[in-house]
Order: sequence, then structure tokens, then C-alpha cells
Amino acid sequence: MLDALGQILGLIFSVNFILTVITASTPLLLAASGELVAERSGVLNLGVEGMMIMGAACGFAAAYVSDSTIVGALCGILAGAAMAAIFAFLTLGLAVNQVATGLALTILGTGLSGLIGAGFVGMRITPAPQLYLPVLTGLPVVGRILFGQDAFVYFSFALIIGIWLFLYRTRSGLILRAVCDNHVSAHALGYPVLKIRMLAVLFGGGCAGLAGAFLPLAYTPFFIPGMTAGRGWIALALVVFASWRPGRLVAGAYLFGAVTFLQLSVQGLGLGIPPQVMSSLPYLATVVVLVLISRTRGASGSAAPASLGVVFVPDR
Amino acid sequence: MLLALERRAERSTAIGIASPVIAVALTLATVAVLFAIIGKNPIEALDVYFLEPLLDPFSLGEIVVKATPLVMIAIGLSLCYIANVWNIGAEGQFLVGAVAGSWLAVRTNGTDAGYWVLPAMLVLGTLAGALYALIPAICKVRFGASEILTSLMLVYVAYYGMDYLVRGPWRDPKGLNFPTTAPFDPVATLPPLFEGSRVHSGTLIALMVVMLIAVMLGRTIMGFEIRLVGAAPKAAGFSGFNADRLVLFTFAISGALDGLAGIIEVAGPIGYLQPDISPGYGFTAIIVAFLGRLNPIGILIAGFFLALTFIGGENAEIAMKVPLDLTKVFQGILLFYVLACDSMIAYRVRLIRGVRKAVPANA
Repeated sequence: MLDALGQILGLIFSVNFILTVITASTPLLLAASGELVAERSGVLNLGVEGMMIMGAACGFAAAYVSDSTIVGALCGILAGAAMAAIFAFLTLGLAVNQVATGLALTILGTGLSGLIGAGFVGMRITPAPQLYLPVLTGLPVVGRILFGQDAFVYFSFALIIGIWLFLYRTRSGLILRAVCDNHVSAHALGYPVLKIRMLAVLFGGGCAGLAGAFLPLAYTPFFIPGMTAGRGWIALALVVFASWRPGRLVAGAYLFGAVTFLQLSVQGLGLGIPPQVMSSLPYLATVVVLVLISRTRGASGSAAPASLGVVFVPDR
Repeated sequence: MLLALERRAERSTAIGIASPVIAVALTLATVAVLFAIIGKNPIEALDVYFLEPLLDPFSLGEIVVKATPLVMIAIGLSLCYIANVWNIGAEGQFLVGAVAGSWLAVRTNGTDAGYWVLPAMLVLGTLAGALYALIPAICKVRFGASEILTSLMLVYVAYYGMDYLVRGPWRDPKGLNFPTTAPFDPVATLPPLFEGSRVHSGTLIALMVVMLIAVMLGRTIMGFEIRLVGAAPKAAGFSGFNADRLVLFTFAISGALDGLAGIIEVAGPIGYLQPDISPGYGFTAIIVAFLGRLNPIGILIAGFFLALTFIGGENAEIAMKVPLDLTKVFQGILLFYVLACDSMIAYRVRLIRGVRKAVPANA
């Protein structure tokens, strides 16, 4: 037992482990960042998985045709945003139920991505290049971790810092949060509630699309139908797990990323922990966190966004 | 702002019946365009997809087999949705029901247990589904946690739990390393109704359930309460109806039906437990509930129609090499149109030209 524990500790503090966790966590962080903004504006989009897999299929197709990672990433973002536009038209334009629309978006995305990607299965592309700085990347231990990643990884951190600054340090961010806390009051003050929500949803779709595109562009250099493998649902759980806070989102993304990786290695150590237990941990943890933060509503003010998922029809 | 919605003063029944029909027609038109895009003759494809399965007795049977769990799950979900309670974890409750019932089948496998096994399995599946559904309901009532999120998360917990059992302790030692349990004994399986078809007595149970729920919804106080809380929560509160009790009740009933559907699926057409017992029935049933306009008869028709898309898709893949993914595209688009048409019933949509400038009060 002690021996196995030592092995796990050794594993956790190895450079390879940290490198793998970074690649496992980046798509979660990207997708969850976008969903966080959408949910902070009061819209619950359950279609993250669908937008992600569309980003993966379209991103790979574009990268294969153009032989460029950047074009692939941009097309991934566009595909995700296009899916989000359908969602925004229905839920904001026609005041349709968000839960059902989000689920429909995931079903549609899974199917469409299969159709689009079918012609590209088995093809390979050059994976996204990793940063290389002459002296810095060669540094022991921290070199490859800090200075040897691909652009997606650096962007994911820039993105979440940007979101934090936007939400808590800008006027627009304040308005976005106000729209969610009380859409009737925000509307009465003259803020365009639906327009703000639409932008937030489109942003969320773009992020999900980019997160999906990361998988075939940087993680594996090829496309497999259904390759998001439930990461969209984990991203959704992650936003709740982080109680809608950007800082906690980063911690949560890396925690969930580590857990998904550990499920593979724990098996090899023969500790007797079934891999399925590890796989279900993120979801269980999310339920527990949701119960805890809902209980302390008011005291810390960290409970779910007030009008999350509530349809708003402005009176004129 | 381009679109503006105005709430309609009264809702016409004619539009209520017409709206799902319009949604289906729009979906067929959209899918026909999709067929043309991927280079298939739309008329021929629609024929293979939606007409031929209806003319072939075997396919017709398969449609009924697929419609059975869809209808049973959707009728339970409709109770929740009418009461404005959001159970979207039906898939998880379906799996838990299947696992709980299978436990007995696995335990009695190869023994001389009598005919009590199957009824006991059905009861176990029903109870387990209800209990599993009560988790998000209790979290909602007791702690105020969103039932949408908790019920969805629990789907994956259920999936991994079942995956563990069939790959681990319950795996058939003679199963050539496939992750399945041993085939259930005859006393643990639902008999087929007809020779040469997989249609089984579970279909009769589903029809009975639909009738019971229809009576409950239309003719009992509980049904009235469900409809009232959904339509006018404030009025219901003033008349002393307890909304919390209703959350628990609707979740328990729909969970019970999901669990029952799960164990029927395993004990009926499949005959053993394996990781992929459901092609997403719990999620497709949400489409069924909405397409059926949360109405028992509507759900029967909608369940049959969605089952037709599964079978038609399989046939089209074999006959015309149409990718199976098209079925999902079809289902997604259908739900979009259904929801959009529903919105037209509640609101009048106006296109607005010209921009009205919004000025923040404190600007």
C-alpha cells in the first residue's frame, strides 16, 4: 500500500505527468471559460458537447485542406459560434426553453460532425507546433512545462485572465453580471438584455469550438467521430463546480484534467480502484459542490446566477 | 432588435394540434435538402427512411420495440415538464433501473428459481429508478440545488457504475472477455408476443402506463395540482398546494417509469446486461415529450415517429449508404422546429424595422 502510494506521489510530481495533465485540462478550461461567460449572463447552454465536436470536425477539415493550424482553429471557433447562433436565435429570439434547445444542439452537433468528418477520418495533419525558446525551454523541470507548450495552452490562460478582468474590472462586465442577477431591472434601466446575452452565448460557442478544435489540431493529429468523448459535459460540470468563478475554474479544470489522466495510470498500479470510479468523480464532485453552494446561498453570495436558464421576454 | 415577441391573449387548440405537424413537415423539407447536399436522391431517401419501414412487418416490429422505452420515459418526463420540474436525467434512471433488475437475474442465474424472478426484477428496476430520481429532487427541495444540473450529472455516474459492474464483478466468465453478463434465464426474460418478432410484453406495460398517467393527469386532484403548479405557480401557492411535494412526486414517478423502461429493455429485447443498452433513449425521450406536446396521446404518436427515425436510419444506411449520423441530425433539427413552433403558439412574432436606441438611465 505504502509502496503504491509512493508510486502515485512519484507519478504526480513527474514532469511527464504535469505535461499530460496540461494537455488534458486545456480543452476543459477553454470550453468551460466560454460557458462561464454565457451562464454569467443568465443563459444555460447545455449544448457545449455539440458545439465542441462541431469545432473539432470543422477545425480538422479546415486545417487539413489549408494545412494551417491557425485556419483550423479559426474555423473551429466559427463552427462553435454558428451552433451557438442557432441556440441564441431560438432561446433569445423566440424565447424557447433553454434546456431542451441545448440538448437538441448536442444531438445535432454529434450527428452533423459525423457527416462532416466522415470524409476526413484516417487523414493526418501536422500537429500544432510547440513553443521553443533557446535557453528557457531547455531548463530542467520547468523548461518544458512553462516554455514548451503549444499556443492553445497559453491562449487558455490568457482567455481566463481576460474573462476575469472583464467580469470584475470593466463596466461591461458589471452590466453582464447585472443582466443575470435581475434581467427585469437591467431591462428597466435600458440595457439591451437580449443583445448582451446573445453576445455572451456566441462567445461561449466560439470558446467551445476552439476547445473542440484543440483535440484534432494539438492533442492527436487526426479526427475520430465523437472524439470529444463527453468533455463538453465535464466542462459544463466544471462551471458549476467552480461556482461560476474564473479563479476556481482554472483550479477545477486542472483537477478534473488530473483525475481523467489518473484513471488510466491508477489501473496500472493495481490499487484496486476501478477506473470507472475516477471517471465518475468529476460528476459526483459537481453534485456535492452544487448542494454545498446552494445551501450557503446569501451568506457568501456564491450561489447559482439568479436568472440562470430563465426565459426573458422584454415588454415594450 | 430584429424580432419582438408579444404574448398571445388566448391559445387556439387548432394551432396546438397543427404545430407538431408543421414541425415534422419542416424537418422533412430540411432533411430532403440535406440528402440532396450529400448527393442522394431526396425522394428515394425519404421513402427508405420513413415509408418502407412501415410496410415491412419486421421493421414495424422493430419500431414498436424502440418506441416502447421512448414512450414510457417520455410520459413520465411529461409529468415533470407540465409541473415545470426539469428532470433531464432520465437516461441515468433508465440505466439504474436496468442494473437493479439485472442484479436479481445475475444472482439467480443457473438456479432453479421460479416465475417470481421476472416480476421481482420489474419491481426492483422501478424502485431503483424512483430512488435514483429522488436524489436530485431532494437536493432541490432540501438545499435548493438546480435539478437540471444534478439530474444531468447523475446520468454519467450511473453510466460508469453500470460499466464497472458489467466489466468487473458481473461479467460472464464464459463470455469470451466481452463486457456482458451471462444471458438471463428464461424465467428472467420477457417473452416475445409474436413468433419471428422481437415485440415483447413490455409494450403492453407501456400502453397501460400511458393510460394510467392520462387518467391521473386528467381525472385526479394530483393531476390537477401538477397542471396548476405548472401553469400558475403563484395561484397554486395561494391555494395551499405544496410545490416541494410536487417536485418529489413528479421526480419519483418519472424515475420509476425510467427504471421500469430500463429493466424491460434488458429483460426483453436484449436479454443480458451490457454497457450500451441505450442509444440515448433518456435524451431522445425528451424530444418525444415535446413533440407530443406533453399530451399522452401525442406522446404515443411522437414515440412511434422517433422510433421510426432510428429504424429508417438503419435501413437507409444499409440500402443507400447514408451515414447513420443523419438520424441524430434529423432528431436535433426536429426538436428545434418543435420548440420554435411551440413558441409561435405562445407568442406572436413581429419583425421590427428600424432601431430603437436604448439609453441607459444613468448614462
